[in-house]
Amino acid sequence: MTRTGISVKRFTAWRRRPWAGYAVVLAALAAIGVIYAGFSPRADRAEAANATQAAADLKNGQQLFNKNCASCHGLNAEGTKDAKGHAIAPSLLGVGAAAVDFQVSTGRMPAMNPGAQIPRKRPITDFDTTIKTDYEDPAKRRAAEEQKARAEKNLADLRNYITSLSAQPGPGVPAGSEVDPSKGNVALGGKLFRTNCAQCHNFTGQGGALTGGKYAPELAKSDVTPTQIYEAMLTGPQAMPVFNDTTLTPQDKQAIIAYLVQTREEPNPGGSGLGRIGPVTEGLAGWLVGIGLLVLAAMWITAKKPKKLKKS
Amino acid sequence: MSEATAPKAVEGPLNFLDDRLGSTGFLNRNLKKVFPDHWSFMLGEIALYSFIILLLTGTFLTLWFKPSMMEVVYDGSYTKLNGVKMSEAYASTLHITFDVRGGLLMRQIHHWAAILFMASILAHMLRVFFTGAYRKPRELNWLIGITMFVLGMLEGLFGYSLPDDLLSGTGLRITQGVLESIPVVGTYGYMFLFGGEFPGQDIVPRLFTLHILLIPGLILGLVTAHMMIMWHQKHTAMPVKNQTEEQVYGYPFYPVFMAKTGAYFLFTFGVLALLGTFAQINPIWLFGPYDPGAISAGSQPDWYMGVLEGALRIMPNWEITAWGHTLSLNVLIPALVPLGIIFTGAALWPFIEAWVTGDKRPHHVNDRPRNAPVRTGVGMAAVTFYGLLWVAGANDVVADKFHVSLYATTWFFRVTFFVGPVIAYIITKRVCLGLQRKDAETVAHGVESGTILMSPDGKFSERHEPMRDEQRAVLLSKENARPEAPAVDANGIPAPSTKGPVGHLRSRLQRAWTFDDIPVEEHEHGHDEVEGGRKPEQIEH
Repeated sequence: MTRTGISVKRFTAWRRRPWAGYAVVLAALAAIGVIYAGFSPRADRAEAANATQAAADLKNGQQLFNKNCASCHGLNAEGTKDAKGHAIAPSLLGVGAAAVDFQVSTGRMPAMNPGAQIPRKRPITDFDTTIKTDYEDPAKRRAAEEQKARAEKNLADLRNYITSLSAQPGPGVPAGSEVDPSKGNVALGGKLFRTNCAQCHNFTGQGGALTGGKYAPELAKSDVTPTQIYEAMLTGPQAMPVFNDTTLTPQDKQAIIAYLVQTREEPNPGGSGLGRIGPVTEGLAGWLVGIGLLVLAAMWITAKKPKKLKKS
Repeated sequence: MSEATAPKAVEGPLNFLDDRLGSTGFLNRNLKKVFPDHWSFMLGEIALYSFIILLLTGTFLTLWFKPSMMEVVYDGSYTKLNGVKMSEAYASTLHITFDVRGGLLMRQIHHWAAILFMASILAHMLRVFFTGAYRKPRELNWLIGITMFVLGMLEGLFGYSLPDDLLSGTGLRITQGVLESIPVVGTYGYMFLFGGEFPGQDIVPRLFTLHILLIPGLILGLVTAHMMIMWHQKHTAMPVKNQTEEQVYGYPFYPVFMAKTGAYFLFTFGVLALLGTFAQINPIWLFGPYDPGAISAGSQPDWYMGVLEGALRIMPNWEITAWGHTLSLNVLIPALVPLGIIFTGAALWPFIEAWVTGDKRPHHVNDRPRNAPVRTGVGMAAVTFYGLLWVAGANDVVADKFHVSLYATTWFFRVTFFVGPVIAYIITKRVCLGLQRKDAETVAHGVESGTILMSPDGKFSERHEPMRDEQRAVLLSKENARPEAPAVDANGIPAPSTKGPVGHLRSRLQRAWTFDDIPVEEHEHGHDEVEGGRKPEQIEH
């Protein structure tokens, strides 16, 4: 009791000092500041700070869209139809960033000419993120790196612009950890691949023919990136069905990516893989190389006449 | 064949054997047997030597292979499949491939030897057909050969079904479908083979026994018979100088042919070892274990089954359903008809030809293909028929690699299946007749010398020289068409062989066989019978 009495007395004494009022105001201001900083949404502030930058990025995306995509997909990405009402190009509203990323980064879009199927090709310069940057010359290297960074930014801006056109965001680009082949279950991936993918893409992802001039593209080339494989499963481009996250969970998708990447990197223990497409090339090799060599050997052997043979 | 003294190293063992078995006379006679020499006579030997290598490598593989469909969980060197459920057959094949020293090499040599075994049988068969070597007295060996080819197809099918990988399971599924499509007994037939519903537990052990015991035993017996009959009847010979129907012209078995054929065994072994080392075949670890729910693009059988696959692929989807039963013509027709035509046709051909031509004489000297245009034309039609179906079996690979539409390939093969053989027959026959014409001209006027002469009045002409004896013997080997027996004899009685509808058919076929034959003969004064549209005055003798 005594101690408390003393402290209450001391507090009351401080209250009467001339600087007490200022101190209380300062403390209150500091508390408000701290609480405000803790509760206020930081992004809002960042957005507010970068509002001009974001607007510029969207503008860039829109310009890229108008320049490369709008001629077929329409200025509002609503798609176009020919005179008979057949779609020339689909609407891009709500397709999602994954679809845009897949189509543009594989070079399929912008398409050169309509056919049974739009082929994979080198992306146009604006979006070519696969350019070579490992130059010896520092100036060249810097130029290449800048161009690559520009392409990556262009691609991101285009994705954001197309996503911004619709209220539904659609499937997004997978994170790097989701597509990392080293984290997938290869055995599971092989099983899933044989059940869901091999019927069109072949055992080892060499691709195969489909009906009506379409085809399942080759997956065994190293320029088919894990992200693209993931996005293809997610969005089902062209003739491919959609494997959404209820059909194949993200872990399943990662397992398939792990299987594909490991299979294409695995050497052929038995010599030349003969294209890894099964018995067709084996039969061809058997006839051309096997029978071919043995016919040559037979001709050589029969052309050899014994020099001296006892008359019998 | 008179006496020849063998070297001491041979004489010694021969004496040893003779003292005990009294076999010197037999050996002496047979070691000096003369064989004619031509590269195409070696094609059949590839099959013989591949078969020996198949037996040896196959024995090696049986030491580790477990013919069981018991489900196991893999845990081995091929880490990509660790933890995957599979049959013991598949797991033991993985074990042979990755854990047995030399196992992969043995597997690959075994498979390549199977490919070459079948390929060389077909090549050998084509050689025999196009040279008319199947004619009397060799029809039996021809039939044995066809039987061995069919057995080889089954042996190969059973063999590549054993590892129970995804591709072999797909093949077995088609086998099951084909069996099931047979009317009335189909279901019972496949249930009998598989021991119940597909795939069941029994098929791999059953196929294993058939693959390593029954069929190789049958093939071995037939190979022996084939060789003994060939040895007894003597090999046919190409029409060369000194070769006659009565006497073989060539080299004795010992020492010449023995050395050649021994070397050829080593060549075959060498080529198979090279293929087995440098060309990966049947990578079952990439195919994965069989799972009835899985399938791959580009699922093809080995090449000798490609014809069946092609027929199945281009067949329209016809089914007849009546009284609650379905007749699957879409499977039954491609399974039976194309190969039925090929094999039945091939088996009957020697007898049909003898019946049509009326030629019942024994032949030991082969025909040059051009000298039997109908036979060569029919042969090329069959090759076209087989070849088109064969490529149709790979139509998705063709469509994918050459960027054509898959449906376009299907329709291309559906049309050419009927049209192709006819076109091949016509073209081949024309080519044969053209070559006959060329031979007739060469025989009549000699070969071009390349020497241009100018006559006093300024006319140019080329001197022709008589051909060498070797060439002359080859060209004159052609037997010109024998005149038909007159349809009626001097008293107006029809010949017995021309009576009735069958007799008429035979007469017409015989006319078709011979009517446009070009005689290849030497003339004393051949100026007026010049063939090939060349005017007589252009040719100087």
